[in-house]
Amino acid sequence: MLEVKGIDVFYGDVQVLWDVSFNVQAGEVVAIIGANGAGKSTSLRTVSGIVRPVKGEVLFQGEPIHNRPAYELIERGLAHCPEARKLFVEMTVEENLDMGSLKGEARAQRAKTKQRVFDLFPRLSERRRQLSGTLSGGEQQMVAVGRALMSLPKLLMFDEPSLGLAPILVRDIFNVIKAIRQEGVTVLIVEQNVKQTLAIADRAYVLENGKVVMQGKGQDMLNDEHVKAAYLGV
Amino acid sequence: MNAAQVEVLLQTLIAGVLLGGLYALIGLGMTLIMGVMKIINLAHGELMMVGMYIAYWMFSLFGIDPYVSVFIAGPLLFFLGILIQKYLINTVLRVDSILPENQVILTVGVGMILASAATIAFKSDYRSTPVKYGTSAFYLSDLWKGSPIELSLSIPWSVSFLFALAITAGLWFFLQRTDTGKSIRATAQDLDAALLMGVNVQRMRVVTFGLGSALVGAAGCLFIPIYYLYPALGGQFTLIAFVITILGGLGSNVGAILGGLILGLFESLTATYVGMGWAPVGRFVIFIAALLFLPGGVASLLRRRAFGK
Repeated sequence: MLEVKGIDVFYGDVQVLWDVSFNVQAGEVVAIIGANGAGKSTSLRTVSGIVRPVKGEVLFQGEPIHNRPAYELIERGLAHCPEARKLFVEMTVEENLDMGSLKGEARAQRAKTKQRVFDLFPRLSERRRQLSGTLSGGEQQMVAVGRALMSLPKLLMFDEPSLGLAPILVRDIFNVIKAIRQEGVTVLIVEQNVKQTLAIADRAYVLENGKVVMQGKGQDMLNDEHVKAAYLGV
Repeated sequence: MNAAQVEVLLQTLIAGVLLGGLYALIGLGMTLIMGVMKIINLAHGELMMVGMYIAYWMFSLFGIDPYVSVFIAGPLLFFLGILIQKYLINTVLRVDSILPENQVILTVGVGMILASAATIAFKSDYRSTPVKYGTSAFYLSDLWKGSPIELSLSIPWSVSFLFALAITAGLWFFLQRTDTGKSIRATAQDLDAALLMGVNVQRMRVVTFGLGSALVGAAGCLFIPIYYLYPALGGQFTLIAFVITILGGLGSNVGAILGGLILGLFESLTATYVGMGWAPVGRFVIFIAALLFLPGGVASLLRRRAFGK
């Protein structure tokens, strides 16, 4: 479904990704793990077209997207739930959800999908007219996930969905991701919360200093000595 | 306070609100552009001057009422704004430079060109549209025979105010209720997130600059029945729009409306109680006071209420 082939990415003169390749098959949950500054978020931002690769290509459903404008991608079924949530803080919860369904089929289904999102997060239904900036961190994350779901994505990319959340909320978010997967949405997730991520991931890639250093099945990774030592602290 | 003093005060407040409504429209255009582009459009007053000349010539050549010209100058200014954004500002945005303020300086240049072109084309004569209703007014004593005080309400001022109100309401509806309006607000709040939601932010910039220009062009048509026109008038209104934008809190639409009203009232009070010539002084006193005591503008007060911080 998504294929990233040998991308090099620079911020100004600084190279942050070196020949990074990974792929996601339909129906999978794939994780990218790694430390701060390893290039995880940059990988997702490159897939989304916010930063451009200098070398290499990104294919979505067989078509190159690294040379397409970023605003086209959501209509093709590629949604990105960005790091630090990036809500429209001075818009209401409901307006934020509307923003996820601006075009095509998603626009036509807006009312229906919104009801589904409210079923998934009853809390948001109660606060639909509240400014999203006034919500708690966990609620804001729900809005961010809901907003991405509003686009009826085929592939949903999560960037650090557990960032800054209390442990009990982290568990909720991971449960939501499992539920999303059961609805047939393919998931690519970037996380520092390695243990819980590997537990729900079919496959995972480890990024270190902008390079893919390991890949394998989620469960195998959990038992891998290097991963244990570097990321699980055991 | 005796009856005469009450009369003067009420009359001053009425004049202030009417002026403030028009100011709000000018400020809204600049605020919209500020929100999305993160730049101050220093050609704003000159765009209004262009709108006024359109209304003037429509009146002089074809006898078209300035209020009808709102629907001519608005769309024309919309396209002028689109051209400026698309072929000048976007071009400058693409160039890496040491000065991030390049686009602001560019708008100064655009303003100068517009003002000088108007001087060459139309001479620097003062002009006005002598509409028939120019000096007519409603009087309180006509409605209420035994009224202890006398108040008047100028008809062109009131009509202009109502137009400004209607345009503001229309803009509010557009920004709050339509997807394009929401996309404009989203672009102003978080550019990357808007991009991820499928908003063509480049196009939103163009539309916003067009919209801001159309608003100030419409304001020009509303001003000409009650004001006079000359090519260099733009600079003064750019400053007024700038003060309103700061007073309102950069980029806040509700703030701009309140900022416009505050400025209108303050200028009107200064003109009555200090002296006509002092009105611009009042304008800048409140500007400096806002910078010193309320740097976030009216919007920061509203935000404090909404976010509880």
